[in-house]
Amino acid sequence: MIQLVNVNKSFGNNQVLFNINLDIPEGEKLVIIGPSGSGKSTLIRCINGLEEATSGQVFLDGEELTRKNHTKLVRKHCAMVFQQFNLYPHLSVMGNITIALTLLQKKSKKEAEQVAAHYLELVGLTEKANAHPPQLSGGQQQRIAIARALATQQKIILFDEPTSSLDPEMVQEVLDVMIKLSSENITMVVVTHEMGFAKQVADRIVFMDEGCIIEEGHPTDFFENPKSVRTRLFLSKILR
Amino acid sequence: MDMGPFAAWRWQRLFNDSNIFILGLKNTLLISFLALLLALVIGFILGLASTSSNKALKGVTRAYVEFFQNTPLAVQVFFFYNALPALGIKFSVRAIGVLGVGLYHGAYVSEVVRAGINSIPVGQLEAAKSQGFQTLQALVVVIIPQAIKIMLPPLTNQAVNLIKNTSVLSTIAGGELMYLTNKWVSSGTLNYGPGFVVAGVIYFLLCFPLAYLARKYEENLKAKTTR
Ligand SMILES: Nc1ncnc2c1ncn2[C@@H]1O[C@H](COP(=O)(O)OP(=O)(O)OP(=O)(O)O)[C@@H](O)[C@H]1O
Ligand SMILES: [Mg+2]
Repeated sequence: MIQLVNVNKSFGNNQVLFNINLDIPEGEKLVIIGPSGSGKSTLIRCINGLEEATSGQVFLDGEELTRKNHTKLVRKHCAMVFQQFNLYPHLSVMGNITIALTLLQKKSKKEAEQVAAHYLELVGLTEKANAHPPQLSGGQQQRIAIARALATQQKIILFDEPTSSLDPEMVQEVLDVMIKLSSENITMVVVTHEMGFAKQVADRIVFMDEGCIIEEGHPTDFFENPKSVRTRLFLSKILR
Repeated sequence: MDMGPFAAWRWQRLFNDSNIFILGLKNTLLISFLALLLALVIGFILGLASTSSNKALKGVTRAYVEFFQNTPLAVQVFFFYNALPALGIKFSVRAIGVLGVGLYHGAYVSEVVRAGINSIPVGQLEAAKSQGFQTLQALVVVIIPQAIKIMLPPLTNQAVNLIKNTSVLSTIAGGELMYLTNKWVSSGTLNYGPGFVVAGVIYFLLCFPLAYLARKYEENLKAKTTR
């Protein structure tokens, strides 16, 4: 579903991704972990064209992402959930979810609102349809953001540290929604520091450091028998 | 006869000629309105262009803004007044006035638009792009509706400045309030006292309510966001 082939990325003279190769089949739940600044965000932002790879290729569903077509491909295949939620504060919750459906997918308002209502229910926030994002808690905002991503019914959802800016008591409500999602045939690429979630949901873990993929594997192997020293060091820090 | 600048007979004469001031007011309003429209169109186009990542586009808008902000409006207006006919372009004085004032304030509006758009967190544009919106579409449906609140007070102040600056057109016989007042004052009995006081009051009545609204709106906005 997603393929990265020899992807390099530099910001000016600062190279942050080195020769990344990654093949993510349809429906896979992939978790990316690694220390701060290792390039995790840059990597998933290359998947939806928010960053353009300096060299190498990115394919979505077999089609190569280019400067020309990335808007169209992203619209077709790929949604994203951000650390800071990035809901549209001038729109209601309903407006946030339906805007892409009416303007990009050309659904009627009624149809869009039906779809939105379905996903609002899924994230347990039906009663907030008419609220505006700033009136909601961080956890609620992130659940709305997930509903917004789901409502477009794309096959891929990218998550960039979806719980990192939440107060601790709200982390679980968001993780619960994501765990619920994981039973569906959606390709999920999740950057997170939540190791419990990773163990429970991931089909595969990718560990990044200094712009390279150091190690990858099934969660059981990965957590119990990390091969690389760097992985072990990182895990010992994060798992205390 | 009392020859003081504010002698009663001078006011009487102004009153008799009040249609001249009313005409001046009308023309000032018309020119201001059209020039503001032009300034908004230019300002939004250049303001949006200046937030693009395209270096050439940015460079062109920068050059425009710096040129119009750093040369006097009077010089620009004189230039258009003399240069356009020389180029074979026949515009009415009023059209030249609209063009001159509009182009000049377009530069300022562009800066307001740029600042407004840049004040919206970059995550908003990224969210829209991640949904598959084109940049321009994202600006229209996501960014500008948020930025407009921030842009409104400085835009209103631009409108106030623009109205006042139409008075520069008196130097090219622009037909607006300042020109007609000056013409009335200079012909005959030099009624500059009542003439310019009344013109000043009319400008004030046009500008003050706008400036007041802008300030109130801004205060409200501040109170809301700091709550
Ligand atoms: N837009 C940018 N311009 C310049 N440098 C950038 C930009 N975005 C990221 N970087 C740099 O790229 C490197 C990788 O950043 P990235 O955000 O991908 O790391 P990360 O693994 O997501 O870190 P974190 O866990 O802190 O989110 C960092 O050194 C960062 O400073
Ligand atoms: Mg990051």
